[in-house]
Amino acid sequence: MHVSYEDALKAIAAANSDVVVMTAENRAAIRNLPRDLGDRFIDVGICEQTLIGAASGLALRGRIPVVHALASFLTLRAFEFIRTDIGIPGLPVKLIGALPGFLSEANGPTHQSLEDIALMRSVPGVQIFCPADEQELVMGLQSIIDSPHPCYVRCNLRERCYKHNSEFHIGKAEIVSEGTDVTILAYGFLFQEALIASALLECRGVSVRLINLRMLEPVDEEVILESARETTLIVSLEDHFQRGGLFSILCELLVSNQLSCNVLPISFDRQWFKPALLDDALEHEGFTGDQIAKRILKVLKEKGGIQCQIPFASTKITRASRSLMSTMLAR
Amino acid sequence: MPDQIPFELEETALRAREHIVRMSGGGGCFIGASLSCVDLLVYLYKRVLHISPDTLQDDERDYLLLSKGHDVPALYSVLVELGFFDAERLKNHLKTTDSIYWHPNREIPGVEFHSGSLGHLLAVGIGIALDIKLRGGDGRVFVVLGDGELNEGSIWEGCLVAAAHKLDNLIVIIDRNGFQANMRTEELLPLEPLDSKFAAFGWSVTTIDGHSFTEMEDAFASVPIFLTRPSALIARTVRGKGLRSLEARSDRWFVKFSEDEIAMLIEELHSGRTTHLASSTLMVR
Repeated sequence: MHVSYEDALKAIAAANSDVVVMTAENRAAIRNLPRDLGDRFIDVGICEQTLIGAASGLALRGRIPVVHALASFLTLRAFEFIRTDIGIPGLPVKLIGALPGFLSEANGPTHQSLEDIALMRSVPGVQIFCPADEQELVMGLQSIIDSPHPCYVRCNLRERCYKHNSEFHIGKAEIVSEGTDVTILAYGFLFQEALIASALLECRGVSVRLINLRMLEPVDEEVILESARETTLIVSLEDHFQRGGLFSILCELLVSNQLSCNVLPISFDRQWFKPALLDDALEHEGFTGDQIAKRILKVLKEKGGIQCQIPFASTKITRASRSLMSTMLAR
Repeated sequence: MPDQIPFELEETALRAREHIVRMSGGGGCFIGASLSCVDLLVYLYKRVLHISPDTLQDDERDYLLLSKGHDVPALYSVLVELGFFDAERLKNHLKTTDSIYWHPNREIPGVEFHSGSLGHLLAVGIGIALDIKLRGGDGRVFVVLGDGELNEGSIWEGCLVAAAHKLDNLIVIIDRNGFQANMRTEELLPLEPLDSKFAAFGWSVTTIDGHSFTEMEDAFASVPIFLTRPSALIARTVRGKGLRSLEARSDRWFVKFSEDEIAMLIEELHSGRTTHLASSTLMVR
């Protein structure tokens, strides 16, 4: 049965009177909670710094604040408050960042939040949860709220893109397939495109290991290191700047473990993305499932790791068939 | 012929409103805020600002900074009417082939600075105004703020700094439409008495009807209101002004209309007859 994020949060707050829900006038995902939670719903207005400072004060008094703002303004504008008032004392404030990355669509660079992972992982003790869809967010919510640590949630309220069977555990990835040619490491919204890419690659005889990382802090090091040892190529897929996100996490892990392997980062190198509606932005930037598959095939061929007889051009699929694939993969 | 002045302004404002309504199709736009500030922008560009398509790089020009940003359809519509760029380009709204999206982009002629994150352009305007003073120039800096935007702490830092530096070449215009997102401002963080807040910060303040060109004429003729002080013009406006089916409603913030509804709304702009909109096309964020 589908449970929305709002209903899941309402149930958790009903069971635990220490939970308070806060927002900086960003109520899209929690529109009914003022009615349900009464005084335990606190809207501070468009005051991100005060939002975080006040959450810190509430946490000092034993509360578990679950705070909501657009990812960009939460992690960037209030960054020093997060680091100083939540990070240094290690208070269990849960930061829910809305519309990160491509989900900001046509809002423009001010809203894109392509550096949130880099910022949040720089604060010692902050956990990072990047759900692939609303179902996964709901699966992980109780653990995140019960954790004694602060946590940043790269919020994703899109409908289920995959039938998540594996239980949620902090720091554990979801292993979708166990192929040997290429590993695709994905998190958050782009996991749905990784699923399509994986299906298209499998059709062309490429054996894919698809990993939905779920959390980037703590990250599932074991799964990543195994993939580095056992597959020809590792792809880090993210709607984040190349510096400081998953690609950096991967590089740090490989160097720390004295491992060397082929890595293909699919991320934003040195520029923000073109603001547009979601599908248009994905296509323009080369992040649709078929475009991802094509980029991976090209590198695999260069590395001599795969003999693919089908020309790259044939990986191009229409928007309608991509949508259909998404629907089928979600079952 | 003083009577003809408002008529010509009203014609421009009506055409600008048509552009705004057309931008609310497809992927949608923030129509409410655009319609509340468009009369102010028409008056500023036609009667106040020393800026034209030929003087975009002129150091002596006046600056207009649209701080709240999501009302950018109003700015683009007025810039089109003043010949800064071609109206055809508005059809590229949200397309990857252009840079016309939900917040301002400097690639569009006439846009001085990008915005979208609230509470930034008062500070940027202070920097520009300081430099104009340093260089002994006559240019003025107009910053359009939303009333919801006044929640941001950076606005009040800017108020302290501008007053401390006696920036009488800085004029803030507050689009006081009474709403922020899907709420009334006074139900969240009450702003009133707003004029005395600015006055207490050392600003000179005037309150006007933000849809009355005659009141604008008087107010803008006398800025700076007081030498050695920055000026704040509180413009009382109506969210969605010009379309009775949208006016002063908290749920008409970000909207996406069908082509049929857009045709009906353009008809409503001219006739004043209220349009019946299918509720499924209303989007609340």
